[in-house]
Amino acid sequence: AGSGDSSQPLPLPSQARVVICGGGIVGTSVAYHLAKLGWTDIVLLEQGRLGAGTTKLCAGIVSVAKPISIECKMADYSNALYKQLEEETGVKTGYVKTGSLCLAQNQDRFISLKRLASRLKVMGISCNIVKPKDVTKLHPLVNIHDLVGALHLPADAVVSPPDVNHALAVAAAGQGVQILERTAVQQVLVEKGHVMAVETDRGSIECEYFVNCAGQWAYELGQASETKVSVPLHGCEHFYLLTKPLQEDLPADTPVVLDMDGRIYARPWQGGLLSGGFEKNPKPIFTEGRNQLEIQNMQEDWDHFEPMLSALLRRMPGLESAEIQQLVNCPESFTPDMRCLMGETPGLSGYYVLAGMNSSGLAFAGGAGKYLAEWMTYGYPTANVWPLDIKRFGNLQSSRTFLRHRVMEVMPLLYELKVPRWDFQTGRQLRTSPLYDRLDTQGARWMEKHGFERPKYFVPPGKDLLSLDQSKTFYKPDWFDIVGGEVKCCKEAVCVIDMSSFTKFELTSSGDEALDLLQHLCANDLDVPVGHIVHTGMLNQRGGYENDCSVVRLSKNSFFIISPTDQQVHCWSWIKKHMPNDPHLHLEDVSWKYTALNLIGPRATDVLAELSYVSMTPDHFPSMFCKEMSVGYANGIRVMSMTHTGEPGFMLYIPIEYALHVYNEVMSVGQKYGIRNAGYYALRSLRIEKFFAFWGQDLDTFTTPLECGREFRVKFDKDTDFVGRSALLQQRQDGVFRRFVMLVLDDHDTELDLWPWWGEPIYCNGNLAGATTSSAYSYTLERHVCLGFVSPPPGPDGLPATVTPDFINRGDYEVDVAGQRYPAKAKLYPFSSLFSQQHRRRKDDLELSNLQGE
Amino acid sequence: TSTLHSYILTPPQVNSILKANEYSFKVPEFDGKNVSSVMGFDSNQLPANAPIEDRRSAATCLQTRGMLLGVFDGHAGCACAQALSERLFYYIAVSMLPHDTLCELEAAVEAGRALSPILQWQKHPNDYFSREAQTLYFNSLRTYWQELIDLTNPGDVPDTREALMNAFKRLDNDISLEAQVGDPNAFLHYWVLRVAFSGATACVAHVDGADLYIANAGDARAVLGVQEEDGSFTAHTLSNDHCAQNEDEVARIREEHPPSERKTVIRQDRLLGLLMPFRAFGDVKFKWSIELQKRVLESGPDQLHENEHTKFIPPNYHTPPYLTAEPEITYHRLRPQDRFLVIGSDGLWETLHRQEVVRIVGEYLTGVHQQQPLTVGGYKVTLGQMQGLLEERKARVSSDFEDQNAATHLMRHAVGNNEFGTVDHERLSKMLSLPEELARMYRDDITIIISQFNPHVIGARRHEE
Repeated sequence: AGSGDSSQPLPLPSQARVVICGGGIVGTSVAYHLAKLGWTDIVLLEQGRLGAGTTKLCAGIVSVAKPISIECKMADYSNALYKQLEEETGVKTGYVKTGSLCLAQNQDRFISLKRLASRLKVMGISCNIVKPKDVTKLHPLVNIHDLVGALHLPADAVVSPPDVNHALAVAAAGQGVQILERTAVQQVLVEKGHVMAVETDRGSIECEYFVNCAGQWAYELGQASETKVSVPLHGCEHFYLLTKPLQEDLPADTPVVLDMDGRIYARPWQGGLLSGGFEKNPKPIFTEGRNQLEIQNMQEDWDHFEPMLSALLRRMPGLESAEIQQLVNCPESFTPDMRCLMGETPGLSGYYVLAGMNSSGLAFAGGAGKYLAEWMTYGYPTANVWPLDIKRFGNLQSSRTFLRHRVMEVMPLLYELKVPRWDFQTGRQLRTSPLYDRLDTQGARWMEKHGFERPKYFVPPGKDLLSLDQSKTFYKPDWFDIVGGEVKCCKEAVCVIDMSSFTKFELTSSGDEALDLLQHLCANDLDVPVGHIVHTGMLNQRGGYENDCSVVRLSKNSFFIISPTDQQVHCWSWIKKHMPNDPHLHLEDVSWKYTALNLIGPRATDVLAELSYVSMTPDHFPSMFCKEMSVGYANGIRVMSMTHTGEPGFMLYIPIEYALHVYNEVMSVGQKYGIRNAGYYALRSLRIEKFFAFWGQDLDTFTTPLECGREFRVKFDKDTDFVGRSALLQQRQDGVFRRFVMLVLDDHDTELDLWPWWGEPIYCNGNLAGATTSSAYSYTLERHVCLGFVSPPPGPDGLPATVTPDFINRGDYEVDVAGQRYPAKAKLYPFSSLFSQQHRRRKDDLELSNLQGE
Repeated sequence: TSTLHSYILTPPQVNSILKANEYSFKVPEFDGKNVSSVMGFDSNQLPANAPIEDRRSAATCLQTRGMLLGVFDGHAGCACAQALSERLFYYIAVSMLPHDTLCELEAAVEAGRALSPILQWQKHPNDYFSREAQTLYFNSLRTYWQELIDLTNPGDVPDTREALMNAFKRLDNDISLEAQVGDPNAFLHYWVLRVAFSGATACVAHVDGADLYIANAGDARAVLGVQEEDGSFTAHTLSNDHCAQNEDEVARIREEHPPSERKTVIRQDRLLGLLMPFRAFGDVKFKWSIELQKRVLESGPDQLHENEHTKFIPPNYHTPPYLTAEPEITYHRLRPQDRFLVIGSDGLWETLHRQEVVRIVGEYLTGVHQQQPLTVGGYKVTLGQMQGLLEERKARVSSDFEDQNAATHLMRHAVGNNEFGTVDHERLSKMLSLPEELARMYRDDITIIISQFNPHVIGARRHEE
């Protein structure tokens, strides 16, 4: 192995293909997996000693009880990897399959555990909901008198993290990875937007790829690159307690206990116990950065640990007489949204990041290392890692103040109960529309996306605000009637929704370059007359959606591209990556230049007509068109006949200086048509009942247009060979193995039953068939509607079977909400009869004939 | 036991007593920045005498720079301390004015124009000014600045140390003269005599940028809270107590009188066996000749004769004056680690050691309770024991943070501390519910001013200069 006690460090190679910075469990896992995938010429640099950072002090629990499925998958893989590592390398890893117990002190926690159990079952991970008295059988010390129930995860394990770290290093070194300790990276050199070399305190190494696995120091390392890389994470102190062996040694295979309501975890440790937690008042650290080699054992803080000690003794009263060995302070790094940071950085090719593990570094390192290695090898990992993709953040989340404030919220949140539609409370009001104050005084309640404040709904005057802030429930929320009122107004009159957060780009060229680029990037045909709007996906080679956007042809050679809010960094880098270096071609992010107002409803036409003295009827202004018009006194407003919901209406793209004027005019003229403000909850209800899929929620990089019934938006016969075309042609030939459907819940009592959220398993004829991706209550259907993907059971040969109309239409579908199954009707298109005639065309597009190959 | 309990004050009652006289002042920020080296101050008073004989003052000098903070501990009544609280800062401010400003001042008075204010007072509503004496006081002050104009030359800017020295001596002299001259108004005549026959010590701080001067006469004390690198606080005393415990003072007094008085001048740790502080304003009984005392008293108003105290001549009274108001002046150049200054009457210092005072205030102001961090080390501690210990520490911290005012916080400790250095509510309650006639036996009046410094401004000042 490259590690060892040689005081003479190995000589520094002058070049390597890959340089990995960070010899903790994450960095060694990346090296290990890259080597496994056949990479040679890898150098791993560690500023101190291998595993001397967070890894050394990590609590060593590998649990699959994680909030989102991709994280469960990574933890599950890590578990399997660590289990066989000893056999593979001969290095003892301390792996013990203990299983774990997630305890619920209240019904809401129990619901969330049941939801987790449903999700884990979908992934084939074994788990059981157990009664309190079963907990006693599994763990001798746990006091169960205040428990409602628990989730038992029999496969969870504990390991010795430094030993796993060492084993991974040994295995990687065995495959030729060069591991250099006491070598600190000082700077990453860049040439033409590509990583070129790494400068260390012992000289520089030329390289093609650089992987930042610097943990706590990843933020600073990112800043120390010629082109600065934003790695939004921040450290917090983390404490856990070690006891001496109990009077009667606690068996090494005693289950891990996660008592999230008590904010603590506990695992067996050398005959005693190791117990830590995630306190309400975390102590952020290293805000001003700090150059130190290894995280030394930092100051213990017993007063700070008091609540956790009390929680531990409440949970395990028998520990009162246990003797203290040590209180360990081990800083961990946290990210703005509790998810790790993975992938290639935007705008700097060859620079990869894997950091910000939110104190689950050990559980994630195996799986995350594997995904990152795949990413570097194939251009993308084998699973959808968008929730972890570093491109979900931009520079706007890298302010130290923002990070410090946000992680103080994130760390306690790890163990807090997450109910549907929770929002972060810190780091808010970073980006706002010019109408923010106007809307706020009218009762807007806000949610945040990519730093942008968006209205959820508007509290009517006179409503009790206090009770509304307590809408944290798995059941019917108390804004139900408010949103219902907004939806009704969208259906019958007109509503205005501020949708300024959307990502907006302008692509222009002097010749045909802009069109050529879009024809290459987009599946739909962009060679449309000026003024037309085209909904299109930007697909990857596999035919999956990298982006789903609306493109407006403003003039022959200029296009306006509207993408989801969180696509701002991702879509930009996707276009940039495929854009030829051509001075005639110009891409500009104009998100901040326009305020977007969505006028939804049958009377939108009247409002706009009155404000512009132009007829806005479908005859004069057909659907999916864009015109620059004057609205009120303001000129140059881009008016588009689409609403992102399937309802009639218009989107107004207003240069920001006119925003207030146009809004005021719209509201004052709209008064006689019954206009009111609406928020994103109403929008979601409308779009889901109309079966509109949203990127990031329903669509991801593994979903093709054929799988979600959007073949009509793919123009196979256009002249240009767009990205993903051949994959789609192949899929059209083979048929699709999964299909996006709309499920309308039957027998679901909106008042009394748990509401679906997303991620619920879907069963067909009693067999697991898929999972939901989003859901909403449809005020029109007076039922819950879930969107999701289903696949038929594998054929007799064990191979995936193609989706048939019978499978969709004749199947008995059920949606599992926290263990309770509700019958549902599967649909491939919305209930057209209930909606306006305008959209007849869509129904034709969605005919089943499109589902299968010709 | 119900009767016993009725004497125990509830925490809100305790708080209302402790907070009755609290006062806070924050130096306003200028343009979003605090440019003053003093961030502000907290002050409070707790009476033991009825009425309280301590006084306090705080003011900003408007014609010159700097802030004045003073504690005045009266004895034999409150008249002298009251007069100091109203007058001393004017004497100091005038002493510091450049010659030219003094001339402008005089010209304005002469022409009957409005005077530009000299001081901006920061006063608690209970800190009153005696209206009847204002004209008398003003005339004395004006005479003083007229003399200063004669004694100085255009362009002269006085030295702060000298200014403080002159102001103290001049005011004490004026108090003495006013009593000798008397006043046609019987009330005023009685008033000036009460001022002169009572006494008061004074401890005054003048802060301007990084320059801190302490002028002290008597046994009130000024202590600086210095934050060490490890975050803890140490006390740095900036004034000497003028009392029998101070050998230099004892030597000074013995030297000023013939050897024959060596045994009588200080007896039982008191001046002439009577007075605790060895320097004070007023107290003409220790300053005037016996003849003068008799003459003044005889011509005085009738009320005076009812007061046995004034007629009494101290024993062994041979070579007056025995007492002076001349201050001892200390200069300290503030450093960024100098975080706050505590000025307190002797009532504070006799209950708490200065190191304890500085620790309590420091921990309060930094907001972090710098309890000795707990370490397990090599000891055998069980989780249960540790939990008990932590809960007790937590309870201690939470009770300590009820106060919005550092002086109140310190007062709570001064009165209520038990042998473990923590506030014991029962003890606090008993001390505060003592009947008037008993209170003075258990404690003295307590007056506290705590001013907080701005380390950034001080650091910058030091850097510039």
